[in-house]
Amino acid sequence: RWFSDSAPGSNRIEKILVANRGEIACRIMRTAKRLGIPTVAVYSDADRHSLHVKSADEAVRIGPPPARLSYLSASSILDAAAHKGLIFIGPPSSAIRDMGDKSASKRIMGAAGVPLVPGYHGSEQDIEFMKLEADKIGYPILIKPTHGGGGKGMRIVQSPDEFVESFLGAQREAAASFGVNTILLEKYIMRPRHIEVQIFGDKHGNVLHLYERDCSVQRRHQKIIEEAPAPNISDDFRYHLGQAAVSAARAVGYHNAGTVEFIVDTISDQFYFMEMNTRLQVEHPVTEMVVGQDLVEWQIRVANGEPLPISQSQVPLSGHAFEARIYAENVPKGFLPATGVLHHYQPVPVTSTVRVETGVEQGDTVSMHYDPMIAKLVVWGENRAAALVKLKDCLSKFQVAGLPTNVSFLQKLANHCAFQDGKVETHFIEHFKDELFVDPNNSVLAKEAYDAARFSAALVAACVIEKEHSAGKENLRGGNGLLSIWYSSPPFRVHHCATSTTELEWENEYDSSGSISLTLSITYKQDGSYYIETKEKANPGLEVRATKWGNHEFRVEVDGVIMDVRVAVYSKDQIRHIHIWHGSQHHHFKQRIGLEISDDDESPHKPSLETSSHPKGTATAPMAGLVVKVLVKDGTKVEKGQPILVLEAMKMEHVVKAPSAGYVDGLQVTTGQQVSDGSALFRIKIFSVSRIIINKHFRQRVF
Amino acid sequence: WRSSLMAANRAQIVYRNAYSVGVLPDGVDRSSEAFSRNSTAMDALLSDLQSHINKILAGGGPEAVKRNRSRNKLLPRERIDRLLDPGSSFLELSQLAGHELYDEPLPSGGIITGIGPVHGKLCMFVANDPTVKGGTYYPITVKKHLRAQEIAAECKLPCIYLVDSGGAFLPKQAEVFPDRDNFGRIFYNQAVMSAKGIPQVALVLGSCTAGGAYIPAMADESVMVKGNGTVFLAGPPLVKAATGEEVTAEDLGGASVHCKTSGVSDYFAQDELHGLALGRNIIKNLHMAGQGQLQSGVQNTRLDYEEPLYDVRELRSIAPTDHKQQFDIRSVIARIVDGSEFDEFKKLYGTTLVTGFARIFGQPVGIIGNNGILFSESALKGAHFIELCTQRNIPLVYLQNITGFMVGSKSEAGGIAKAGAKMVMAVSCAKVPKVTIMVGGSFGAGNYAMCGRAYSPNFLFLWPNARISVMGGAQAAGVLTQIEKSNKKKKGFQWDKDEEERFTAKVVEAYEREGNPYYSTARLWDDGIIDPADTRNVIGLSISVSLNRDPEDTKFGVFRM
Repeated sequence: RWFSDSAPGSNRIEKILVANRGEIACRIMRTAKRLGIPTVAVYSDADRHSLHVKSADEAVRIGPPPARLSYLSASSILDAAAHKGLIFIGPPSSAIRDMGDKSASKRIMGAAGVPLVPGYHGSEQDIEFMKLEADKIGYPILIKPTHGGGGKGMRIVQSPDEFVESFLGAQREAAASFGVNTILLEKYIMRPRHIEVQIFGDKHGNVLHLYERDCSVQRRHQKIIEEAPAPNISDDFRYHLGQAAVSAARAVGYHNAGTVEFIVDTISDQFYFMEMNTRLQVEHPVTEMVVGQDLVEWQIRVANGEPLPISQSQVPLSGHAFEARIYAENVPKGFLPATGVLHHYQPVPVTSTVRVETGVEQGDTVSMHYDPMIAKLVVWGENRAAALVKLKDCLSKFQVAGLPTNVSFLQKLANHCAFQDGKVETHFIEHFKDELFVDPNNSVLAKEAYDAARFSAALVAACVIEKEHSAGKENLRGGNGLLSIWYSSPPFRVHHCATSTTELEWENEYDSSGSISLTLSITYKQDGSYYIETKEKANPGLEVRATKWGNHEFRVEVDGVIMDVRVAVYSKDQIRHIHIWHGSQHHHFKQRIGLEISDDDESPHKPSLETSSHPKGTATAPMAGLVVKVLVKDGTKVEKGQPILVLEAMKMEHVVKAPSAGYVDGLQVTTGQQVSDGSALFRIKIFSVSRIIINKHFRQRVF
Repeated sequence: WRSSLMAANRAQIVYRNAYSVGVLPDGVDRSSEAFSRNSTAMDALLSDLQSHINKILAGGGPEAVKRNRSRNKLLPRERIDRLLDPGSSFLELSQLAGHELYDEPLPSGGIITGIGPVHGKLCMFVANDPTVKGGTYYPITVKKHLRAQEIAAECKLPCIYLVDSGGAFLPKQAEVFPDRDNFGRIFYNQAVMSAKGIPQVALVLGSCTAGGAYIPAMADESVMVKGNGTVFLAGPPLVKAATGEEVTAEDLGGASVHCKTSGVSDYFAQDELHGLALGRNIIKNLHMAGQGQLQSGVQNTRLDYEEPLYDVRELRSIAPTDHKQQFDIRSVIARIVDGSEFDEFKKLYGTTLVTGFARIFGQPVGIIGNNGILFSESALKGAHFIELCTQRNIPLVYLQNITGFMVGSKSEAGGIAKAGAKMVMAVSCAKVPKVTIMVGGSFGAGNYAMCGRAYSPNFLFLWPNARISVMGGAQAAGVLTQIEKSNKKKKGFQWDKDEEERFTAKVVEAYEREGNPYYSTARLWDDGIIDPADTRNVIGLSISVSLNRDPEDTKFGVFRM
């Protein structure tokens, strides 16, 4: 999706307009810069100060924040590119059209002899007809929009009675995301793997493949860990897969970068064509790492009319690469997209074997308008095991604070024994959910987590004191030149050691009631170390010595063990957030700061950190988003779990259901309204609304 | 760049060490018998001291502390810790006030006082200990409170009163209430300090009854904690007795009444932590325009000072507990001044008094230390040196180890009284910051010339081996025995040997008891007993406090020539 200017008379690209945002835009600009080609970024109002705009030589505004009015608006992009001699760097438009329509693409592939999943790909969209087709294929059935990708609008239907609701939902989502609501049906494969092949073609009719990627590990039908090459497949299988992909590309006269996606039935070892993506995909870096090529450079060269630089037999395959996608998302809430500010953001350092593709910087906001991906972490190793070790290490050092992320979930994935064995499949997360998600009933793990948090809290206390100490000394004003001696370390006391108390709130995943308060007593010892005890005296105290050697980096010695620790601190809404990373651990603590000085009334002081003040039975927005449908009226009697309204955010639909049976009360939102994260949507009351009104009257009379 | 700067600094240091005449030698023979004997004796004194301190740190005992905690109240030192800047130092004063002074123990005299920074501004803290006799004021409590106010007034320190007191201790009202330096003086001081622009802040964290009610009422700004803080002239029982009115303490004088209705208090705190946070905020807002820059006329404080070359902890092994044993005061100076550099003044004249210039934590100081009995020459040298320091506004540090002025006909004829008077005149009138440390004996007029308590040094601390009295026990016994003997002789009695020995022993015993540092510190003749190893820190902190005001010009009285 990028265009270029070429000088009249020559076909060489002299400037590139990158019609993308985020990390992928930055990535394209990086190669362009290396090749000495100036770049033009496009931006919506929300992205005015973002990294991809800063990385470009020029930038053009293309509209307001919503993607359909800016980045997805073809006319806006073309307006931005209002130049003569425009070349589209990408495949021929016929191929985009053929492959963009999933039904058409399957027809073509079938004709070319590429294996297809049984299904219905026709134009007849009547719901009754489709239902009959579904019965023919046999349940479970997969419903998919014919346009678009990324799993948007996809539905799995287990039985005929779910068909209608899912079908309509898929249509609606398809219309909202892609503007076309045609749907196709497919047999749903029970234990599938998602393997895709990177292909490349030039304008001289050469097509080759650059081996495959396994993208099986997914959540919400979106990939989170990809790898190349695919583990546990035979050379023979790999050969046939590559050949099928090349045939697919040839069938549509393809040139430039493309991906042919296959679904692999792990039970029968059959692979079927799913779709072809006519672009350079998010996960292309894992391929680049194992074949040692820059695919963006290839794209530019092909657009320039050059032949592919190497032939199929010259494509190397070396080592193994992983890509982990780091998202702003709420893992325990079903991976719901999260928004917020990156108060602290320090990705791992880039090396020849570690790539970090990111489109954001510390201080940036992850907004509700676009995909909440923060970064892609790409690592390479001599073999899969070596690459995995590196992936785990990098994940443990990847520091993001300010919004919820999936980093620790990715760590759990990478550490899972089935993943280590390469036993990946599309339902991996669902299959191992008991081991990947926190089980609040597991008291052994809960105790372990608590002990780890307590240990981290002690390190946090030592590092924060050390940090405050050095900061305090620098802040001293002039005047009494001796004042600094009042901030010596350890602080002076007459005949005793100074002590201080710190209260940290720890978000306990194992306890649904939320955070646990840890009270730490810190004694400043004469030798400059800290003796730190928690309130339960049963636990022995720790002797901690902390040395600051960077803004966030500390070297900490605890009972003779020396380790590196990273600490990030930021404040938001009267709460200080402290994050600590050490070893493979990451903990997040909160601390109350300041007091509501203006709070002169006698209402009880709230020492707790709870922010939600909504009454019981209130349903809140699980994420910031747009109300796309309100299904019931205020006052309606509903059953528990009954859908009340539909929210859309990050191009995903989310149904808000009744938390309990009762009457809907206070439903104020309307279709088209924007709601913020955590805002109250409605409340379920056990009494009918009319009785509440009577109650209110009664109260008024009494007072 | 940074490393080259450091290299340059190092070069400078080497230069100074190699060519400076002022670097003091070690002066201590670690293998000597005296060294180990002194250190053994000092260790015993310090462990004894620590056991007394541990008792007073426990406040009024476990029961009272538990009761205090059950009311959501912190202990006074914890309250101060929460007010101080995080991780900052606190110079606590007279921890052992009231030690063995009354029939019942009165840890810390029932009140914690000391100095520390809040938002970078040094403040005087005065905190009642409600676990000790309900925070009531014994005579020594009043004295300690007034001493804190005296330092605050002298050094222009904002005062933070952490009020939690039942008022005067009624059984001792005669020693607490009526005299000039009694209870009423507290409020007088508040008024006078406020008039001078020294902020007075009261945090009412507990009860504050009768006279005590004037502490928040007289304050510039006050905070009251809901539920725990009460202010009234008469509590509910007295009100019932006087007027028959039945009222709860909270309704009579709680935070709500005083913040909403009476206006006695200014800030309403939801709980103690909130109250303490409000207290910090009040100090933050004390702009005291202009003063910050004008403070401390001595602007040549060096920030890149060196630590002493010799271990400060060795001070524990230098001072003998036997005051007849002399030691070179320079070995003490070498362990408390920057880089152990001491530029001695008039080194060859009046050698029993050591005078000279040094720096402590970069701050220039003039040091006056004893190396024996004061002779005329030593006293004249002392007066000269003090005059020098006042001219240049250099703070003075007195290191006292003095048995007195030389006696005898030769001395008297040489006019030693005149010479001593000159030194006392200089000591009295010097307006520069003065800190006195008693590192050994402090006897007779030597105490005066070396800036004893009566000469109002800004701070005065004792080492645990110090002794203070008008003369030594043995001399006193000798004098008294002779007088008693001649009295008895006049009356025709004959003293037998046993009686005479008993009399002598009694006098020696009394002097020993009354000259003991605990006897002194219990009565607030000083600001506390310190570990010799803390001497450098304590002097540094004390001078820092003393410099918290504008420099003053010194005018001397008439020197008898």
